Amino acid sequence: MSDLRAKRFFTSRWGILLLVAIGLILLAILASISLVGRILPYAIAYTIPLLVTALGGLYSERSGVTNLGLEGLMLVGYFASALTIRMTEQTLLENALPLGLLAGVVAGALFSMLHAFASINLKADQVISGTAINMLASALTVYLARTIAGSGNVRIMLGIVRKNIPVLSDIPGIGTLFFTQSYWSTWVALAVWGASWFLLYKTSFGLRLRACGEHPSAVASAGVNVYRMRYFGVGMSGALAGLGGSIILVTYSGEFNGTVAGLGFLSIAALIFGQWKPLGILGATFFFGTATTIANVSQVIPQLGVIPPVLFKVFPYVVTLLALVAFSKRSAAPKAVGEPF
Amino acid sequence: MKFKSNAFLIALSAVILGLIAGGVLMMAIGSNPFEGFFYLFRGGLMNMERIGNTIATAITLMLVGLSVAFAFKTGLFNIGAAGQMLIGGLCATLVAHYVFLPRPLYLIVIIAAAFLGGALWGVIPGLLKAKFNVHEVVATIMMNWIAYWSIYYFVPAYLKGPSLETESKSIAIEQTLRSPWLTKLFDGGYMNLGIFVAIAAVLVVKFVLDKTTLGFELKAVGSNRFCAEYAGIRVNRNVIISMMIAGGLAGLAGMTYYTGYSRNIQIGVLPSMGFDGIAVALLGASNPIGVFFSGLFFGMLQSGKGFMNAMTEVPPEIADTIIATIIYFTATSVLFSKFWDKVGRRRKEREQSRTGTAGEVKEAKHE
Repeated sequence: MSDLRAKRFFTSRWGILLLVAIGLILLAILASISLVGRILPYAIAYTIPLLVTALGGLYSERSGVTNLGLEGLMLVGYFASALTIRMTEQTLLENALPLGLLAGVVAGALFSMLHAFASINLKADQVISGTAINMLASALTVYLARTIAGSGNVRIMLGIVRKNIPVLSDIPGIGTLFFTQSYWSTWVALAVWGASWFLLYKTSFGLRLRACGEHPSAVASAGVNVYRMRYFGVGMSGALAGLGGSIILVTYSGEFNGTVAGLGFLSIAALIFGQWKPLGILGATFFFGTATTIANVSQVIPQLGVIPPVLFKVFPYVVTLLALVAFSKRSAAPKAVGEPF
Repeated sequence: MKFKSNAFLIALSAVILGLIAGGVLMMAIGSNPFEGFFYLFRGGLMNMERIGNTIATAITLMLVGLSVAFAFKTGLFNIGAAGQMLIGGLCATLVAHYVFLPRPLYLIVIIAAAFLGGALWGVIPGLLKAKFNVHEVVATIMMNWIAYWSIYYFVPAYLKGPSLETESKSIAIEQTLRSPWLTKLFDGGYMNLGIFVAIAAVLVVKFVLDKTTLGFELKAVGSNRFCAEYAGIRVNRNVIISMMIAGGLAGLAGMTYYTGYSRNIQIGVLPSMGFDGIAVALLGASNPIGVFFSGLFFGMLQSGKGFMNAMTEVPPEIADTIIATIIYFTATSVLFSKFWDKVGRRRKEREQSRTGTAGEVKEAKHE
């Protein structure tokens, strides 16, 4: 009984908040050890694309459409922003970067309409449609890259420069951890996270959108156009996945290379891991970001070098499986997700 | 998936639309689509060697297609064929390097090893689905990446090649699935004994699905889980068996790819055929015979794309784009079934108006 209660507590909002808080306190303590201070900027850099993409998945799934095509939509955004920045960076200089992000958002949103049309109007199997989106994106982007840019890889010269936030970065501890050497795109992503939470949970529009994923016929009988709401949900998932892909480009990658290496699927896992809630998603993606970073740097840090690197690499995936097992009894998935209306 | 109209017509429509989309893309970059398709098909079929390569590619695609189709029949979506291929291929490669036996016995051992390796990778998501209701799509994707990283570190550590860090050492030609008489028949190339494995698998899967109690139970679970449970069928057991066999089939695909078509395992790659197999299964309407022919078709596209790229300006990714478009159109097959139903109804009406009275026509319209 108490076991159940403990479990319920740790999967509730306050439980997750507490876990995140404990994690942060631990981090702050560890910050004195320079290791964490060195890892954290990378961990945040890896977290942000996952966070934005998983938020996109949240819009789509909350509106009742499973979107397995996030991987492909990220890739489309990745490609569109690479192409835009490559073509404009000579003339627009730094201004090419926001333009590139915008292009990624628009391209992702447009491409997601294929999925929306198939799953909303044609009532297609959403899992298959999403898979088609992934395959189409990975073939089409490389095809276009080869014909437009002349090679399957599109390299850009510019990238977002890490900057200290004035005043805040002077706060000891927290300030040095979070406000030094940060990308401006990180703050954009966090703003999107906050805005999404507000839109989905504090407005009547958000209530209707979420209701479309729980009981669409009830929403329809209240006079709301379910199709339009679901189009919005899928469109947002495309836009945000596109943004996620673009952020990969302008922060740590610097080149379009035809794959986002499973980050889209990891975002879906984070969405489930985070139990379809903004705060849960933040925690889950941060966990994945940190795990990826530790796996990447484990070779150069002597304390971690003794552990076989393969264990670090498979760690996020194994934990995801375990987390899914742990959450299986009380899954918080929207009830009507995946069902055509 | 329920089709009111003929599955063959739907598949054909999806293929034609996919090819048209490919043609439009070729035109968009200023190439002549007819020339492009000419070289694409010629590249897959122009001589015995190329035909052999087409079939060799198709073998793997058929086996993956069977794997996906088998899981589909039980209502499961196996998107983890790539990982199952890797593990099955690794087991086969280990056998090829370390087991020396007379040929017939050797073939049995290597097939068993590949099947078991793939089955192991498939049964884990099956167990998670049955016992903990973990969605098999997410579980199999996670298993893909676990396989990817395991191979990434296992191969350089234990099967390192003499020169390249990124692939395992080559298997001796006598230990592969290649066979002198097949190689001679097809003028060299990649043709191998896997074709018999694929044909046998098609027949066995067809037999199991159509003629055995197990097949009946699997399909019953796929069409309605709750109804099957009510009828006394053990749903969870069937889910596990289905994923295990699907994994095993993908493991066989890995064997034909890594010890037949190729002679080593590359690290850092999830085999794209694991995903193309989804297209094969969908286009074949999850029917083993359908899978056989759609595997041949996609095999031709995949093996002809290099030649097309050499002869024209069209990048080889056009083949993958066509395949992806075909999946999309198969997923949206409602469009076609509506279209063909309408065509069928119109034809019926026309026939009736010719032979019958006006009253019957009205009735037909009301249907």
